[in-house]
Amino acid sequence: MIATHLPSLQSLFPNIDDWGELGQACIDTLLMLGGSLLLTVVIGLPLGVLLFLTAKGQMHAMPRLYGALSLVVNVLRSIPFIILMIVLMPLTYLLVGTKLGIRGAIPPLVIGAAPFFARLVETALREVERGVIEASQAMGASTWQIVRHVLLPEARASLWAGVTVTAIALVGYTAMGGAIGAGGLGDLAYRYGYLSYKSDYMVVTVLLLIVLVQLLQMIGDRIVAHYSRR
Amino acid sequence: MLASDSRPGSVVIRFVDVHKSYRVDGKDIPALEPFSLEIADGEVFGIIGHSGAGKSTLIRLINLLERPSGGQVLIDGTDITTLPEPALRSARRRIGMIFQHFNLLSSQTVSENIAFPMRLAGGMDAATIRQRVDELLQRVGLQAHASKYPSQLSGGQKQRVGIARALANRPSILLCDEATSALDPQTTASVLDLLAEINRELKLTIVLITHEMDVVRRVCDRVAVLDAGRIVEHGSVADVFLHPQHPTTRRFVNEALPEESAGEHLPYRHVSGRILRLSFRGEATWSPTLGRVTRETGVDFNILAGRIDRIKDLPYGQLTLAMQGQHVDTALQALRDAGIEVEELAR
Repeated sequence: MIATHLPSLQSLFPNIDDWGELGQACIDTLLMLGGSLLLTVVIGLPLGVLLFLTAKGQMHAMPRLYGALSLVVNVLRSIPFIILMIVLMPLTYLLVGTKLGIRGAIPPLVIGAAPFFARLVETALREVERGVIEASQAMGASTWQIVRHVLLPEARASLWAGVTVTAIALVGYTAMGGAIGAGGLGDLAYRYGYLSYKSDYMVVTVLLLIVLVQLLQMIGDRIVAHYSRR
Repeated sequence: MLASDSRPGSVVIRFVDVHKSYRVDGKDIPALEPFSLEIADGEVFGIIGHSGAGKSTLIRLINLLERPSGGQVLIDGTDITTLPEPALRSARRRIGMIFQHFNLLSSQTVSENIAFPMRLAGGMDAATIRQRVDELLQRVGLQAHASKYPSQLSGGQKQRVGIARALANRPSILLCDEATSALDPQTTASVLDLLAEINRELKLTIVLITHEMDVVRRVCDRVAVLDAGRIVEHGSVADVFLHPQHPTTRRFVNEALPEESAGEHLPYRHVSGRILRLSFRGEATWSPTLGRVTRETGVDFNILAGRIDRIKDLPYGQLTLAMQGQHVDTALQALRDAGIEVEELAR
């Protein structure tokens, strides 16, 4: 299959000398994306729930805790990702033992994306009808039961929409990370496409990124539609 | 069955000097003035008031969705305001609640919604829950809709799911928060019938809040009228309905009896004779007392306004008449002796 397509690709993009390297870059990008998305959700979801619960007028309103969390989230969100990555390098080294490659990219990606995702979670949970929460309290549900059986299931569709948006933002972050040693498609585009004037690399990586984002959006939309019950 | 047969026994809900105020911008805004109230086992107790009168706050004191600013709320003799969180949660499982906007889980099917309180309570295996769900679906007449989602149901069906869910843990008290206010008149009637049936068959105590006197008339045994955070009147529905004292109560009653509102203003000056209001209750409604008395005393009467209906299971009639003749006083005495209440509106 690939053999029959390769000559035509070769003639379309004559400046690309190593298609294997391009394939590896794709895999690296997907690994970075998958790993960082998973960890972003694992950290961002509880953080978002905590933001929701401690906000003013909510079940466990704690204005000071909310204020502090909110500030941290805002600070992390306001630093451009490429700068955040550089600032975090010592911490990254401490956490994973390297500043480079897929492993080195994941801590800054997660620290950059988790606060963003947490805000999306908070917003999604606020959309859950208050009356439904009140009804669960009237049934004797504990806070944990309300989170587990009411808030998260009721907000499922919006939460998946949030995961989709976050995944797409992470695609952008991984490409940026490529510029400072993270590898992947961003790295190829930067090294060959920008520094070595091989515009074929630029075109192909951009096309691949477009396809990736389209795929993510499509999958996300399907999941959201599946869970929409309103 | 007459209302008197289902007359309540012991007290299940007792408010002692309860009051509630909200703190807004450092100021205490009173929502409920201090009050004491008892609700008896097995009765349907209505709380009627306009929006903002404090009725949603009052009903939420019973399961402590709202905490009182002072006083005690006793459920079966236990002051629930002193309960620690876990004990309060299990107390709440014994108190079902239904809502104006149903508040069902939109992500769960009808069956899952009904099973939800049992899953929360824990300690029931899947088969037991399934069996109980089937039982409840049957009680509320929704067997055919078990695997639908709430968005696929009509308002009346959603409220039936709400009722089934509220009954799942076999509560002893059911709270209805404007349960029929979002429904059309026909659906309202069927939901009220269902509530009355549940009250009769399960011996459940029902507390409902509403702004419609007709809801009170159809299902309640007793009623409290709430006006600007104060209980201005309470008693049996027949007493309050037929002899409203407070202006707010009169307004509610007149909404339910549009033709009676004329009685307030007495536009009968041009009518000769004494203007009287006769109230019949129970069996008196069905006996030809008025005919007999007027024949025996030779007085004449003219019906100006009237209504014959039921208050829950109690038939009643109320007639506004003009009466003239030599022996009106004798006639009135004879009517009173026959158990008919007579009020003289004008002479």
